[in-house]
Amino acid sequence: MKNYAGREIPDILLEKGKMSPYNPLITNGLKKKESLSSAERQRQSRKIVDSLEKAVALSGLQNGMTISFHHHFRDGDYVVNYVIDRLAEMGFKHLRLAASSLTNIHAPLIRHIQNHVIDSIETSGLRGELAEAISKGLMDVPVTFRSHGGRAYAISSDQLHIDVAFLGAPSCDPFGNANGYSRDTEDTSACGSMGYARVDANYADKVIILTDHIVPYPNIPFGISQYQVDYIVEIPEIGDKNKIMSGATRYTNNPRDLLIAQKAVDVIAASGYFYDGFSLQTGSGGAALATTRFLREKMIARNIKANFALGGITGQIVKLHEEGLIKKLLDVQSFDLDAAESLKNNRFHQQIDANYYADPFSEGSVVNELDVVVLSALEVDTGFNVNVLTGSDGIIRGAIGGHQDTAAGAAFSIVVAPLTRGRNSSILNHVNTLTTPGDTVDVVVTDQGIAVNPLRPEIIERMKKAHIPLSTIEELKEKAEKIVGIAEALPFEDQIVGIVTYRDGSILDVIRKIRNDH
Amino acid sequence: MNRLRRTMLFVPGNSPGMIRDAHIYGSDSIMFDLEDSVALGEKDAARHLVYQALKTIDYGTIEKVVRVNPLNTVYGQDDIEAMVQAKVNVIRLPKTETPQDILDTEEIITSIEKKADMEIGSTKMMAAIESALGVVNAYSIAISSNRLVGIALGAEDYTASLKTTRSLDGVELFFARSQIVVAARAAGIDAIDTVFSNLNDMETFEKEIRLIKQLGFDGKSVINPRQIDVVHKIFAPTEKEIEKALRILSAMKEAEEKGSGVVNLDGKMIDKPVLLRAQRMIEMAVASGMYYPEDNEEE
Repeated sequence: MKNYAGREIPDILLEKGKMSPYNPLITNGLKKKESLSSAERQRQSRKIVDSLEKAVALSGLQNGMTISFHHHFRDGDYVVNYVIDRLAEMGFKHLRLAASSLTNIHAPLIRHIQNHVIDSIETSGLRGELAEAISKGLMDVPVTFRSHGGRAYAISSDQLHIDVAFLGAPSCDPFGNANGYSRDTEDTSACGSMGYARVDANYADKVIILTDHIVPYPNIPFGISQYQVDYIVEIPEIGDKNKIMSGATRYTNNPRDLLIAQKAVDVIAASGYFYDGFSLQTGSGGAALATTRFLREKMIARNIKANFALGGITGQIVKLHEEGLIKKLLDVQSFDLDAAESLKNNRFHQQIDANYYADPFSEGSVVNELDVVVLSALEVDTGFNVNVLTGSDGIIRGAIGGHQDTAAGAAFSIVVAPLTRGRNSSILNHVNTLTTPGDTVDVVVTDQGIAVNPLRPEIIERMKKAHIPLSTIEELKEKAEKIVGIAEALPFEDQIVGIVTYRDGSILDVIRKIRNDH
Repeated sequence: MNRLRRTMLFVPGNSPGMIRDAHIYGSDSIMFDLEDSVALGEKDAARHLVYQALKTIDYGTIEKVVRVNPLNTVYGQDDIEAMVQAKVNVIRLPKTETPQDILDTEEIITSIEKKADMEIGSTKMMAAIESALGVVNAYSIAISSNRLVGIALGAEDYTASLKTTRSLDGVELFFARSQIVVAARAAGIDAIDTVFSNLNDMETFEKEIRLIKQLGFDGKSVINPRQIDVVHKIFAPTEKEIEKALRILSAMKEAEEKGSGVVNLDGKMIDKPVLLRAQRMIEMAVASGMYYPEDNEEE
């Protein structure tokens, strides 16, 4: 038959409907566009929608669906509260909120949970009033906690299906190229990497970008690409950039944190994983982040350079990069504004998404290439199991983050914690909440002693050779108990308020309701 | 081995958290303060707190020092009585101006030791010299009691008594520092330098440590754990110095084995002071974690 352009196409090619003859009237998406200038097209972009309400209507969001958010603004985030307030006004009910994490600023969600706007939550962590309310039984459905790698895997494998993603972006062009900074303007509310949001953009059915900076096309480099974005809404403010660096990512001058960091660096230097070309990650928390400072001296003294640093990237890490001590940076989350600035300016500072970072089943997960990781802990037990979710009062006050992922992936994992916190020992017989299994934790470093996991006898040998004094984990526990005694068991009730999943999606532990008067 | 006193960490006697953890930072001595860092209304509470801490907390091998209130205050005698009974290692007397200050304190200590059935002389003393008069009397203070293990400079009051102020290079302290080192050496005890209180100016702090090390001081009082490592690093010998000291000591051992009184190294005779310095160097290297005698025994 002849196609629309008048060319003869053999019928045999068209049999069984496998291929079709050219006809632009049918596939009208391929018709030549009106000859509008690029500027005109940007003005008329159908992706920019007047209001969030309109974007929500266009997205087809229904009661009971799953909506998602990222936490790249940490305590400075305005997006979650803004969106849920609007959805509540619009009358939505029974939504599942799947955020990469939630922080202190999200206390207003309590009301929306009470009013059944939100019925269930998936997150890496919870803090502040919201966390306390949930610990005391606010929700009928337990919160599902996932690590960053576990969340990426759950989303990409559709175990966690996202209907509509609401992603705040410090810059976005009219076609949806969005990023955590902009090379067009200096005054964006920069958050740096959009690593967690990129997973949502990849897999959600509909993606709505909320931005306070529409910049000219093309907004490159982009974190989220235009082909993933359905709608763009401009709002006055998406976040407070000065609060990106929140408590968990603070710069410490606390002598105890610094002592722990120094000891951790001595352990790294003796571990066998401190060699020219090694790689490292420092988790959030004062002592863990501070290891970078002491590592620098050791690297210079031994003439060692790192090939890459991974993870939450900090200004400290950036300094080492700019000094030539760390060759490349892989950044799923920028911990402070210096890191965000570096992502914008440094060529070998690369933004990565959470699947690339830590997905346990992806074809290439950087955590598996990592030599050394330094992680914090709220509690450790004599089986080297770690709790990073619930405090000594049994109330949720933390996040799994990449803890499980890096502990399992890195060749050498160090957990740092003060031996005692206030009147409590950090080392227990059994952690109150299991978030990272002990067989993935190699060393526990405290201000008053270091214990190596007996599963790593070669590490014990190396530490001895380097004259690093070791204790057993039981000895550390006894030392702490000598100072602060043994805490009474926490008054947990039967109701389950949280489900702690492992990175493969399996259930690792549950968090129970803490008695209300506690 | 002589006790090293490179760093003496000041810990306010009214801060339970700091008292509990004072030993974890690796200073050579801890000085619990009952004097200037404790408000008048808290003197008895602080005394009680430090007393209990000394009785219950295991500070390991770290030297425990308490700075008591001067005897001319109503707190001084009670402080000394409680601390001696708590078996503190050293009573540090502030604002020492004359040998009589030391003798008065010693008398009280001796009577408490007797009463408590303790070995007489087991409680040591240290004197802080903080005035022009004290500096002039440094030597007579230093030799006034066998209990004295060291004298220390307190620069704030001293500069005030000189009618001057502290400067970054410390030129106003030069005489006092030298006088104190000379007096301490002549008496065979330690010389400890004053505190440096600007925590954020690590550069000047390092300069000051290099200066006092060169002047001959044994160590420095520090007000924050962050300062400890900096002092220890500067006081630590270099690899080269350690190596040379080891060679001198092995030459000495060889001479001893041969029954020879003369030590020779590379054809040169080694004098007694050089031998002593080599020994001191190795002690410092061990304390600094730069030399492990047990490693060499294996070889």
